[in-house]
Amino acid sequence: MEKQLIISIGREYGSGGHYIAEKLAKAFDLPLYDHNLLDEMFEGKGVDIEKIKRFDEKALFGLTRRVRGGNSAPEIGIAEAQFEYMQKIAKEGKSFVIVGRCAESVLQDYDCLVPVFVLADYDDKVKRIMEVRSFDEKEAKKAILRHDAHRKHYHNYFCKMKWGDSRLYDLSVNSSALGLDETAKYIESFIRAKYQL
Amino acid sequence: MLAAQIMALIIFLAMFVLIIMDKFEKQYVTLICGLLTLIFVFGVAMQSLEAVSRTLNIRGIFTKGFWYAAEESASSGINWATILFLAGMMVMVEGMARVGFFRWLCMTIAKAVKYKVVPIFITFMLMSFVLSMFIDSITVILFLAAVTVELSQLLKFNPVPMILSEVFCANLGGSATMCGDPPNIIIGTAFGYSFADFVKHTGMIAMISMVFVLVYFYLSFHKQLRSSGKDVDIASLPDPKDAILDKRGFGISAVIFGIAVILLVTHAMTGLTVATIGVFVAVLTVVTTFIEAGKDGLKEVMGHVDYKTLLFFIGLFVVVGGLEETGVLSVIATFIEEVSGGNAHIMVAIIIWVSALASAFIDNIPFAATMVPVISSLAATSGVHLDTLAWALSMGTDIGGSATPIGASANVVGMSVAAKSGHPVTWGEYCKHAVPATLIVLVISTLVIFARYL
Repeated sequence: MEKQLIISIGREYGSGGHYIAEKLAKAFDLPLYDHNLLDEMFEGKGVDIEKIKRFDEKALFGLTRRVRGGNSAPEIGIAEAQFEYMQKIAKEGKSFVIVGRCAESVLQDYDCLVPVFVLADYDDKVKRIMEVRSFDEKEAKKAILRHDAHRKHYHNYFCKMKWGDSRLYDLSVNSSALGLDETAKYIESFIRAKYQL
Repeated sequence: MLAAQIMALIIFLAMFVLIIMDKFEKQYVTLICGLLTLIFVFGVAMQSLEAVSRTLNIRGIFTKGFWYAAEESASSGINWATILFLAGMMVMVEGMARVGFFRWLCMTIAKAVKYKVVPIFITFMLMSFVLSMFIDSITVILFLAAVTVELSQLLKFNPVPMILSEVFCANLGGSATMCGDPPNIIIGTAFGYSFADFVKHTGMIAMISMVFVLVYFYLSFHKQLRSSGKDVDIASLPDPKDAILDKRGFGISAVIFGIAVILLVTHAMTGLTVATIGVFVAVLTVVTTFIEAGKDGLKEVMGHVDYKTLLFFIGLFVVVGGLEETGVLSVIATFIEEVSGGNAHIMVAIIIWVSALASAFIDNIPFAATMVPVISSLAATSGVHLDTLAWALSMGTDIGGSATPIGASANVVGMSVAAKSGHPVTWGEYCKHAVPATLIVLVISTLVIFARYL
């Protein structure tokens, strides 16, 4: 793709945001970043990548302290390293789709950024989690509560504006309205119209 | 007076809670709390302009004793000597960083030990200890941890054991001198101690402790480190000379650093106060940087100076001044005396271990600033020599912070560098290695103070 394009997908747990991100990456032939961003960042640096992933996109609890821009909490160190890497590859002119990781705020200065937030009706989210994760209803509801609380906490720690606030995004879409595939197509057509692709 | 005491205490506690919560930048917290102290404690409750004047302590700057002859200065209010000294050293250190001094030093030492992992581990601990005696431990760890990560990628070893050891040694080195750790500067300038006084007392304890700490960390990590770093072509590693970004500037900054060390070591003889030394090295750095690198170089150096910490100090001293003026700190001193039953051993043990415990979780700077008037009052009423209590406070606050990732600034910087380079360290992992080392040093400190001074 000649023009630089970055699509950030914020999502509620169970809304199918990740699935939609995959569809968009395929439609525009772009790399998709989620936790694999860490694989790329630390490739060949002799780090324990599985250990790092335990701190990826994690809400912060407990005592921390900040000194000259650095923080004692590993969750924050890993997140800030990801933010710096996102900025770096965006600055290099790379196009990509990125899921979560405060990308809509971290990359807000890039005109080529299309920030999208995907939500869904609660019953649909429960149903999807039960299908995808093979959970029973109680487990699915618990997982939604836990994951969304973590995502909200994580996002709001680093960003000025609140997680899911529609003013942060070009599009805030309820995937229950059209279904996942149609929602992906709808977002794709929006991006093509916006950038005349 | 009771209303003023309650107000001062509420403001102080609110400041501490807000600092621990880390929601707002700490300089705003202390400055706003300082302003509230001036308005409500001194203005509304005490209605005392004299208390405001004593706490702001501006008149002191214009006295001869502030600049020349290390006379004992009052501990009340803003300790401008501490602030000026810290500011001066920050400017000097930024000047050294601009020309690549610290990276060059680290790389030179690594090359001198032929890039062997265990010797690097030991020499970097020693270097961290020695550098932190003169330079703030944040800067030391900022560079040392970054070079450690760089070497770990080249020599294929896990940098975490090395960073943990370097951080601990930086805190220990800081306790050895008057300028090594902010609590020591606060204690030294408040009670008129010299650089040599600290070296003779806390320095001696720190050096004895360093031997034990080296052995402890070696036994903890040598097996892990020994198995790594093999099969690396030394010729492919970076040349230390490449770290120097400005050859002439490098020479000049090394000379300025040497002058600072000489002035500090001899300040009891020359009569120059730490405030004078701080201002002098700052002026030297500013002038030489401007001549060598022009406006851009100067902008780079001044832009990196940590003004936030200096503002934090100003607000902090005002809030602590509120406690002191209202007599709250005398109440605390009386309480310690009562708890110890007038027994000097118990009193010293309380000061060391409570200071250490507090410093493990809260910033040791406000704690030390609060405790300075307390031990002053305690010495006056209990008959225990002030020096003994001062060394106990210094070791407790300096070393206690080593126990947890948030206890001291160097720990935070070290953990941040480690995490950003892909080596996250949890609280558990950190404390598993740091707590035993902290306990070793605290036990040594307690025993030495008992044996030497009581």
